[in-house]
Amino acid sequence: MKNVTHPSGAGAIPGSSFWNQPVYRSLIIQAITFALIAGTGYYLISNLVMNLNARNIPIGLDFLAQRAGFDIGDAAITYTAQDSYGRAFVVGIINTLKVSLISILLATVIGIVIGIARLSPNWLVKNLTRGYVEYMRNVPLLLQLFFWYALLTHALPSARQAFNPVPGVFLSNRGLFLPTLESDSGFYFLLFGLLAGLTAALIWRFRANTLQKGTGRQLPVFWPFIALLATGGLVGWLLSPQGITVDMPALKGFNFKGGIEITTEFFCLMIGLVTYTSAFIAENVRSGILAVNKGQQEAASSLGLSPVRSQRLVILPQALRVIIPPTTSQYMNVIKNSSLGVAIGYSDLVSVGGTTLNQTGQAVECISLIMLVYLCTSLATSLFMNWYNASVALTER
Amino acid sequence: MAIIHSEPLPSRPAPASNSGLTGWLKGNLFSSPFNTALTLICVYGLWQAMPGLVNWFFLDATWSIFGPEGNANEITKQTVAVCKEAGGACWSLISVKHRFMFFGFYPQDEQWRPLLTCFLLIGMVLISGIRAYWKPWLIVAWLAAIVVCFILMMGGVAGLTYVATSKWGGLPLTLGLAVFSVVFALPLGIALALGRRSQMNLIRTLCVSYIELVRAVPLISILFMASFLLPLFMPEELTINKLLRAQIGIIMFAAAYMAEVIRGGLQAIPKGQYEAADAMGLSYWQATFKVILPQALKVSIPPLVGTIIGTFKDSSLVVIIGLFDVLNTTRVAFSSDPPWSPFYLEAYFVGATVFFIFCFGMSQYSQWLENHLDTGHKN
Repeated sequence: MKNVTHPSGAGAIPGSSFWNQPVYRSLIIQAITFALIAGTGYYLISNLVMNLNARNIPIGLDFLAQRAGFDIGDAAITYTAQDSYGRAFVVGIINTLKVSLISILLATVIGIVIGIARLSPNWLVKNLTRGYVEYMRNVPLLLQLFFWYALLTHALPSARQAFNPVPGVFLSNRGLFLPTLESDSGFYFLLFGLLAGLTAALIWRFRANTLQKGTGRQLPVFWPFIALLATGGLVGWLLSPQGITVDMPALKGFNFKGGIEITTEFFCLMIGLVTYTSAFIAENVRSGILAVNKGQQEAASSLGLSPVRSQRLVILPQALRVIIPPTTSQYMNVIKNSSLGVAIGYSDLVSVGGTTLNQTGQAVECISLIMLVYLCTSLATSLFMNWYNASVALTER
Repeated sequence: MAIIHSEPLPSRPAPASNSGLTGWLKGNLFSSPFNTALTLICVYGLWQAMPGLVNWFFLDATWSIFGPEGNANEITKQTVAVCKEAGGACWSLISVKHRFMFFGFYPQDEQWRPLLTCFLLIGMVLISGIRAYWKPWLIVAWLAAIVVCFILMMGGVAGLTYVATSKWGGLPLTLGLAVFSVVFALPLGIALALGRRSQMNLIRTLCVSYIELVRAVPLISILFMASFLLPLFMPEELTINKLLRAQIGIIMFAAAYMAEVIRGGLQAIPKGQYEAADAMGLSYWQATFKVILPQALKVSIPPLVGTIIGTFKDSSLVVIIGLFDVLNTTRVAFSSDPPWSPFYLEAYFVGATVFFIFCFGMSQYSQWLENHLDTGHKN
């Protein structure tokens, strides 16, 4: 009896030698492993302490309170070079989350469209999207980012000759500038109107659902929903005493002031992440739809459901169960891949951490902080997606 | 009156509208109003984009080098002038810089060595794709090939001049990083996967924490760790080569992903196989190597190829810690030389094509393999 892996038969077996008892054997093996790991750990850490002492680098997180002294291109919270390393880290974390979140949303939308187009009966659409997916998936993301960055910085004009397709929108090699709403009273009137419209629309949808469940009669939902939302916004706007102020970007000196600024680095990283990830999501969507039994489509059609309704009510809910788990790992990949922004100068967590590391020499602390943040975001994403997955899972009676 | 045929009538051909070109067009491009609209939009888009692309790519492109031989500055000046004049793609950039793009800073006279290394590695990869050669000697052949490649690149023996690793670059570096990573990460991944399924708490906890930690963080942070932290953890007199540190980082990273793929394979083995192996009186190691792993690895091979493609693409991240793989040599080829810097599209196109050929080839292979290995025993 030498089997260590199956403790079902574990326990002291009479008549066999000490070494051949599964219980003792596994204890001994684990003790040896523990001793090896502890020994190596002790050796490495003693080396570390010695090296740090030799280089006069203090251990601890005290450096986070020191003055950072480097600028960050796009900071979502106020930050200047006078601020501390700790605040710089926070800016980095926010930047990482910002670009990941926006990329995830856009990549999901584009991925679904392309995934469905991959299954189109139209030969041109099918093969064009196939080419897109294969190209995006088989070229490293970093190369794509370098390409976009070169393209945006070389091909776009300087701020003075910025493209101005719509009034208030300026595209130049300094980034994309969009108009935004001034957050004065008019803005809140608009927001309140939209909220009221949304509430009315939700009530309408609820009523339509109850009516359908009770009598089988169907009321239109989509267009009334949009109409109610739009009316709410419009009424809010008309009621606001001063009207709504739009903050237009305008050229001041060498760059634009006002409006929302989307820096070239952010824009580039976002395009790269979205195009790359959407190809992977498209493949997930495609395989999810293919995984739904053909009989389901036929059953839905024979019940008299329109193609759109049978997709929405029968096929998609079943396909989602197949699509969600691999897409979760794609979402986590977006968060991890956003760290490649460091190569094109986007100030994400890794970039801020790397700069801090170079300036202070606190390698252990900086890298541990970076890893800890990624660990937490990955855990949070997987928790959220598991919850969502459970909510669409098959409920069996 | 009755007409009686003694022979069955020959079948009539399909209606003209359902066969031939018209049938194909009708079925694939104009089957419904919506499809017709989509086709028209696509055709219009292609109509707008294609002429410009073809002009840029072929018709207005410049391929040759101009200027007196041996005078690099003059060649650059004249060639760039011709390229700008023509207005299309400047493939002359590749003609001038291809040696740097493919071999980096490796000494000019010795570049047959990296070339041979590339051929050897690609040849080994191709041979490994053939199922008839999946025999124990293949492992020996791989180890031998790696030693030969290393000697070829490094030199210092057998009359080859010594070339420091800091001069290595281009395609051999990319291929080498990927191949070394797979060769070392695979055994490590198998060990981690087995450890994750071990009944021993300590070993299982260690393996699970390693796999989950590594999979939760980006490769860059592991590369940072390998390049900044590893030297701090080593005794002061021991310095590890920069290339080796990056290699260790990629191996550590790839092993965690491979472990998860192999764990999937292990989980697909029915419990009866374990019990049968136990009933035969096999020890843990015998059961693992003779019964469980051969089946688990067979299931895992197609997704493992996916992981290998990922590793190959990820090896390009060494750019960030300053190594000269294909991506970095491509980038430096145009950006370090101001006259050439307008021709970034051409350089990146070639770099992307190199990656695309390898990755697309491997992904097609894995799809073929998946069908090939499917014995139909799955219910």
